Amino acid sequence: MARIIKHRAVIQDNWQLLEQESGGSLPSDGDVVVPLELWMRERDTLSSRLGHIGVWLQTDADPSTIAQDLARFEVIAVRFASFTDGRGYTLARLLRERHGYRGELRAIGDVLRDQLCYLSRCGFDAFALRADQNPEQALSAFDDFAEAYQATVERPEPLFRRRLQPDPQRKAA
Amino acid sequence: MYRYDEIDQRIVDERVSQFRDQTRRHLAGELSEDDFRPLRLQNGLYIQRYAPMLRVAIPYGLVSSAQLRRLAHIARAYDKGYAHFSTRQNVQFNWPRLDEVPEILAELAEVQMHAIQTSGNCIRNTTTDHFAGVARDEIVDSFVWCELIRQWSTLHPEFAYLPRKFKIAVSGSAADRAATWVHDIGLHARRSAEGDGAEQGAGVDGAEQGAVGFRVIVGGGLGRTPIVGHAIREFLPWRHLLTYLEAILRVYNRYGRRDNKYKARIKILVKELTPAVFAHKVEEEWSHLKGGPATLIEEEVRRIEGRFTRPAYARLPPRDAFLEAMLAADKAFANWHRRNVHPHKVPGYAAVTLSLKRTGAAPGDVSAAQMDAIAGLAERYSSGELRVSHEQNLIFADVRASDLHALWREIKPLGLAAPNIGLLTNIIACPGGDFCSLANAKTIPVAEAIQRRFDDLDYLHDIGELDLNISGCMNSCGHHHIGHIGILGVDKQGEEFYQISIGGAQGADASLGKVIGPAFARERVPEVIEKLIEVYLAERESEEERFIDAVRRIGIEPFKDYVYGTNHQTPRRNSRQLAVA
Repeated sequence: MARIIKHRAVIQDNWQLLEQESGGSLPSDGDVVVPLELWMRERDTLSSRLGHIGVWLQTDADPSTIAQDLARFEVIAVRFASFTDGRGYTLARLLRERHGYRGELRAIGDVLRDQLCYLSRCGFDAFALRADQNPEQALSAFDDFAEAYQATVERPEPLFRRRLQPDPQRKAA
Repeated sequence: MYRYDEIDQRIVDERVSQFRDQTRRHLAGELSEDDFRPLRLQNGLYIQRYAPMLRVAIPYGLVSSAQLRRLAHIARAYDKGYAHFSTRQNVQFNWPRLDEVPEILAELAEVQMHAIQTSGNCIRNTTTDHFAGVARDEIVDSFVWCELIRQWSTLHPEFAYLPRKFKIAVSGSAADRAATWVHDIGLHARRSAEGDGAEQGAGVDGAEQGAVGFRVIVGGGLGRTPIVGHAIREFLPWRHLLTYLEAILRVYNRYGRRDNKYKARIKILVKELTPAVFAHKVEEEWSHLKGGPATLIEEEVRRIEGRFTRPAYARLPPRDAFLEAMLAADKAFANWHRRNVHPHKVPGYAAVTLSLKRTGAAPGDVSAAQMDAIAGLAERYSSGELRVSHEQNLIFADVRASDLHALWREIKPLGLAAPNIGLLTNIIACPGGDFCSLANAKTIPVAEAIQRRFDDLDYLHDIGELDLNISGCMNSCGHHHIGHIGILGVDKQGEEFYQISIGGAQGADASLGKVIGPAFARERVPEVIEKLIEVYLAERESEEERFIDAVRRIGIEPFKDYVYGTNHQTPRRNSRQLAVA
């Protein structure tokens, strides 16, 4: 079992991630994150099995293909082949802001301490860091910047609108 | 100057702390070079041919005397006593030590400066007209809009890892002095005419007649695939500026190519999709963002405006008797005035270009002593601030006409009074092979050799307006494609050669130069330039016809023939001109 960061704390993770072409042996129960292609192919079988279901996407996935299914997922994971692949950031915002996904959104793959702040602003709330990273030491990254100019998933109003609000609200935001 | 408020300051301070920690981890071996590279690039730090190079942001080219003094201090304390102003209106230090960079950034933060996003595949420094706020043909003060874009793009969480770098330029006036057609996004301020809103199906935008908006151009660029951009929206009401930019960036971030860095700029995406299809995707994306929380509000535009310091202009007569007397009495001063002094919207004031293009100095280079002196002069003559132009010169924007002669006398001994603005020797050049690890060839000795060849001032003025731009490689930092004459350093079996193009131009009638033929060895370049000039002088219809106009009229063939010797006759002044003479 792996340790991941969720909601800014390090936790034990029980989800099993099914690789792209794993030969198909789906565990009969337990929580599993399946590749998008498998979900598209075997939606009904997957929905009827015991255990929770999640789906993982490549960064170039089109979120509208699963827009109707979002309520069925406990987890959506986005796999970064490289942390410099910015498409995953847009994908997260689209899932959260356009399609209203509320479940866990997890960054997996080449995920490092120094991207956590931006990833989190784009809507990721869980992070399976690359194996060489220390999750405890990475937690401080969320506080690298107290403010952001932009509208983000964390704070849907941009700074220039929040400036107009009375102080207490700004702090609560 | 835009003055930071406490939040602006905190963000810059936090960036310093973050980078200090990243550098520490890198030096301690906890952060590998591969993992560190994108992080340091987002903070302007390259590892160059001989040492790191740190590029410091000068947002839209505006810098105060206090900031310039700090740059001079950094040049002395951490570098070799000079700095280089780039065509991105930024400033570069070529010899800092990696472990001292966090200290340099902390010193910069104390004067409200930073190196955020001066490199890397992110949104870079937004550039604009160096006469913003003082130009007579101004529609809006572009500094305000640039600052709004600066804040929006600074540490934007979604757009830090784009397929490639991304550059935005804003023009606030009728003439385009910001090369907006060759940027990833170019914005032209406009006032709406009747029908602007309705035509775009934007009746709810409140685009009342005379309201400010922008023409939006995408997909221009230089580099190895030079392209003039496409206008995808003729009038975007100002409120929608940020959401529309967000839509463009999002389409680019999702669909721009990531498999080949030479095909990763937005211009390739726009070309491959076609501008119409790209525009359609942007509009589709924008339909979700339009009217959302990032829509600008008047309070914010006014707040930003209010944080800019403004000179307190005196009421002065439009003509200054002392200036006129000096112009009549002193030919050298008059020459300088003709080339380096520019009209101002307030009567009795002028804008002045301090040339960083004196023969023998690398274009854009300035010493610590010069920076200190310039800072002092800016305080005495021009409200304590100055601008860096994309032509790598410095501008004093608010000089009293009656002070021009005194200012000229003070900048002459500093080597800043070369009367060559707009002329051939006002060469734009990247640092080239002397500094840059990407360069195929040196640029500085080429610039100097050309300046030496054309050191006769009367001849230079006779040649008239001419932009000569030099890049040391295809990355085109010297903007050679839009030089009336462009020179590009190329590598031929390990030797430095120079390919020459003519017919490029910046501004409203932007065009890309055409290569005249095979490249030349370095020592032949000045002679080739001279031959091009000879053809021009022989062919021009009058002194009013500039080099670029002549190239457009007669094409490149006559130039090519003469330079490559297919026509051995010396060009002769044409009959029309002889008749006039």
